Amino acid sequence: MADLSTVEEFVPIQQKELLALLSTGVREDGRKFDEYRKVEIQTSIYEKANGSAMVKIGNTVAVAGVKAELGEPFPDTPNEGVLTVSLELLPHASPSFEPGPPDENAVEMSRIVDRGLRESKAIKTSELCVLPGKKVWVIYVDIYAMDHDGNIVDASGIAALAALLTAKIPEVKVEGEDVVLLESTKGIPMVERPVPVTVAKIGDYLVVDPSLSEENVADVRVTMTTLESGIVSSIQKSGSGTLEEPDVLKIYDLAYEKGKEIRSLLAKLG
Amino acid sequence: MSESVVLITQDGVRLDGRRIDELRPVKMQVGVLKNCSGSAYIEQGKTKILVAVQGPREAHPKHIALPGRAILRTRYHMAPFSTDERKSPAPSRREVELSKVIREALEPALFLEEYPKTVIDVFIEVLQADAGTRSAGITAASIALAEAGIPMRDLVTAVAVGKVGGKVVLDLNEAEDEHGEADMPIAMMPSLNKITLLQLNGRLTRQELEEGVNLVKKGIKELYSLQKQALRARFSGAQVEV
Repeated sequence: MADLSTVEEFVPIQQKELLALLSTGVREDGRKFDEYRKVEIQTSIYEKANGSAMVKIGNTVAVAGVKAELGEPFPDTPNEGVLTVSLELLPHASPSFEPGPPDENAVEMSRIVDRGLRESKAIKTSELCVLPGKKVWVIYVDIYAMDHDGNIVDASGIAALAALLTAKIPEVKVEGEDVVLLESTKGIPMVERPVPVTVAKIGDYLVVDPSLSEENVADVRVTMTTLESGIVSSIQKSGSGTLEEPDVLKIYDLAYEKGKEIRSLLAKLG
Repeated sequence: MSESVVLITQDGVRLDGRRIDELRPVKMQVGVLKNCSGSAYIEQGKTKILVAVQGPREAHPKHIALPGRAILRTRYHMAPFSTDERKSPAPSRREVELSKVIREALEPALFLEEYPKTVIDVFIEVLQADAGTRSAGITAASIALAEAGIPMRDLVTAVAVGKVGGKVVLDLNEAEDEHGEADMPIAMMPSLNKITLLQLNGRLTRQELEEGVNLVKKGIKELYSLQKQALRARFSGAQVEV
């Protein structure tokens, strides 16, 4: 069955309804504008992965798996490990997702998560070097969006972070040119906790953590990834609407505030 | 990361001699191609980009057509010879993402509802990349769309601000993009004062974010008047040939 909620002709009608509601100060699901849905984080759910996590934001579900392999460094960074992030929108998650090569939305979301982790320098990649110029740890973070009720980006970013924070990689012994993997393990050296927070603009209203029905009618979504220190390490505006200049700082303040709350959930993972 | 490169001196002079709030030299031309509805060429520093607009034209495949408006398609693509190391001509994930955000930067300016069931194609070909290619691409695409006669609410003008050697600066070049601390491309409809593209790679504080948004407006204002100049030159009878 076609999902009529995403049919373009219906969007203005739905937006009108939602705007009427927002003008009374409430959202469809009863939340305040700056209220995030309940976030649940479970880690180490797949034994064969070096790290894994499942994140639920309301009914949105994303799973991240970390696999670490010894590989070659990039020529321009011979002493640094490599991070590879990818996101797949599973057909399980929504009737509008299809199997096959990622479309522009999947590519964009996966690059938002990737940038948040990379640009924040969350992973101390120099500590992932095993044999300079020859062998480094390559950290693959593969994210699956499993159920879509809006805001897959945040769920994916938080899942990736939780999986990385709890991942274990083997300790190694270097004997000449040979690398021996030991039984003992260690964590991935993480120095930052970059948390993406998405804010949607519907009409003149900014709402944090948009649900699917809010996303469908939103003019614009902005994802900002912030760190504990207040530094913002990635921004992405998505969607064909526009922002007013003061929105930028308003969104930053929301993202930083909500990022703090989510970071405190992550701290409980140990 | 070569921390040893001094990108900006104590008294605020950059590698290429610019001040923190200066654009690179910019050249724009409208109407440089004969077989397009609209076209533009831009040089911003060493960045060189050619934009072609085709349409509005019949949608192919037909099922993508919308009854209420035209579809805008954008393709941002880098020529294999545009970078230091040859770039594979196959579209990269970066190009897929940029094509999307560029489309979303241009769309708010266009009265697409004037052309139902059609497609407007914007082809942005980066011939030489030296940072700022998405923003220069947007700046050029918007004047190419204007030449194509598509009604617009405003032009769209874009430029990046960034953080280099601890300072917030306008219009990064390649060295600054590579070794700097942050790159934040922004597109606006200048007369309407609305932001249509906003991205950030790198690390900025709240204050630097605010500074960046303020600084970018200076660059956008200058580029906006160059866009209008280029359009006027095209339609005042002075034909330009490539």
